Amino acid sequence: MILTTVAQRRDLLARSKTVAMVGASPNTTRPSYFVFSYLRTRGNVEITPINPAVSEIDGVRAYPSLAAYAAERGAPDIVDVFRKPADAPQVTREAIAAGAKAIWFQYGVINDEAIRLADEAGLDVVVDRCIKVESARFDGGLSIAGLNSGLISSRRATRSAGAKP
Amino acid sequence: MSDHVFGFRTRALHAGTPPDPATGARAMPIYLSSSFVFDSTEHAAELFALRTYGNIYSRIGNPTVAAFEERMASLEGGLGAVATASGLSAQLMTILALAQAGDHIVASASLYGGTVTQFTVTLKRMGIECTLVGGDDLSAVRAAITPSTKALFTETIGNPLGNVADLEAWAALAHANGIPLVVDSTFASPALCRPIDWGADIVVHSATKFLSGHGTVIGGVIVESGRFPWDAGKHPLLSQPSPGYHDMNFAETFGEFSFLMRARTEVLRDVGACLSPMNAWLLLQSLETLPLRMKAHVENARLIASFLAKHDDVAWINYAELDDSPYHTLARKYLPDGAGAIFTFGLRGGREAGRAFIDALELWSHVANVGDGKSLVIHPASTTHQQLTDADMRAGGVTPEMVRLSVGLEDPADLIWDLENGLRAARAIA
Repeated sequence: MILTTVAQRRDLLARSKTVAMVGASPNTTRPSYFVFSYLRTRGNVEITPINPAVSEIDGVRAYPSLAAYAAERGAPDIVDVFRKPADAPQVTREAIAAGAKAIWFQYGVINDEAIRLADEAGLDVVVDRCIKVESARFDGGLSIAGLNSGLISSRRATRSAGAKP
Repeated sequence: MSDHVFGFRTRALHAGTPPDPATGARAMPIYLSSSFVFDSTEHAAELFALRTYGNIYSRIGNPTVAAFEERMASLEGGLGAVATASGLSAQLMTILALAQAGDHIVASASLYGGTVTQFTVTLKRMGIECTLVGGDDLSAVRAAITPSTKALFTETIGNPLGNVADLEAWAALAHANGIPLVVDSTFASPALCRPIDWGADIVVHSATKFLSGHGTVIGGVIVESGRFPWDAGKHPLLSQPSPGYHDMNFAETFGEFSFLMRARTEVLRDVGACLSPMNAWLLLQSLETLPLRMKAHVENARLIASFLAKHDDVAWINYAELDDSPYHTLARKYLPDGAGAIFTFGLRGGREAGRAFIDALELWSHVANVGDGKSLVIHPASTTHQQLTDADMRAGGVTPEMVRLSVGLEDPADLIWDLENGLRAARAIA
């Protein structure tokens, strides 16, 4: 199912424990490194780099492929895709083969074929969103940075996991 | 949590302020703390590298200030906001986030006098040139744009002329030239106009005015839409490696957040003109009633304007609410709920009549401010605009007989009673 609402993204992140990040970079100025480092240090999910060019990032073991990850660790809850749009269908096929429950296409990773493949295979699909931004939306990170989370609530502790004033 | 879309009045009360996660406090606590402890050295390193969100030092960010920022971003329909010490610092830091020595901006000439001075004297000394264009002449704005122009700047409702900017046309012209439109929307407030809805990229406010609404705090805010393509090459401060941040390329690393991140982590960090948590808290309180206050301000202003329009001693009124205003059509489009509550008029007796009028008032306060709950009056030629040359003053539409009113929330009959006394005194001089 293609997830388009705020509540759907919140629920996906809440029920997910593992994220395999395809295209994670050890280059500390790259957006993918910022996202990797944020999720790793926040600790709400277990994030694993998928990158054949590196053996680890910040001490977290990297796997050369989603298949290698799945063989050892089982199916990831989310495959997060930091690749050019043309690569998305192949990554999607690998994610389906690895048994991923959801696939998350980062900003600009928009490919209709990949979206269709994932949707038809029964994966939850998020398109053109950043998993760091959406995590920060729900854990209070965006709010603490003066950014518009879009959230309105009079219930307590909507920021509990995140805001560390 | 659902996908219900909340309305403006609800967001004015709630955006940015869920119950305090630490204590459950329903009102936003005032976090009067200069600095914030780190969880660990790794957490500190992540914060300083801008890889995680959190508080370090209140010059760069503070929980109470962030709540005000988020509420303003919500009300303006922006991606985020950066609060500042004043409206002037909001403008200055916006320009410094976009331009450096050798660069250029084009602005409407019909601006607050302090803005004109900031742009044409202080920015010029820093090597940033500003061309002022009068008369809402967009073909002249187009002609003034050069390859080094980094932004266009206008006020939604010009101070003190009361002209209404054709925001869609300004935005289209800016975007056709690959540059952002910056709008000072102080006189409208987001209750009456949201420039981002009309294509503006950045909105700045003097929060001192209607956002505060009680004449108490000095503050400002920068709101950004998140829609401008900062990586397109016209803004190397955003799209080239920054020596102020480990050669980070803000546009590449932060995408839609790049302007807001640079405005906060480089410009606010280095300029230091931050909003105090106490003032942010007062502004949060005030924003709760912004929609109600603006409605009442507009109702009173319409009554006062129609009283003055019928008065024999009043030569002219500049208020876009009036049918004969040259800006009436633009006001109906961009300000359908009212063209604000600040307008100017001229006394037939000229400069001396203007002085006599102000000196005779009992209820209206003679101050250099606008947007207070209390009604305010001033004579621009001898106060706010006196630093300008005659040419710049006339280019901004300020004439010697002009009186500016900021209509407050008092009983309109009392305001009119006081104006009648003033007009009688002015007639005695003439």
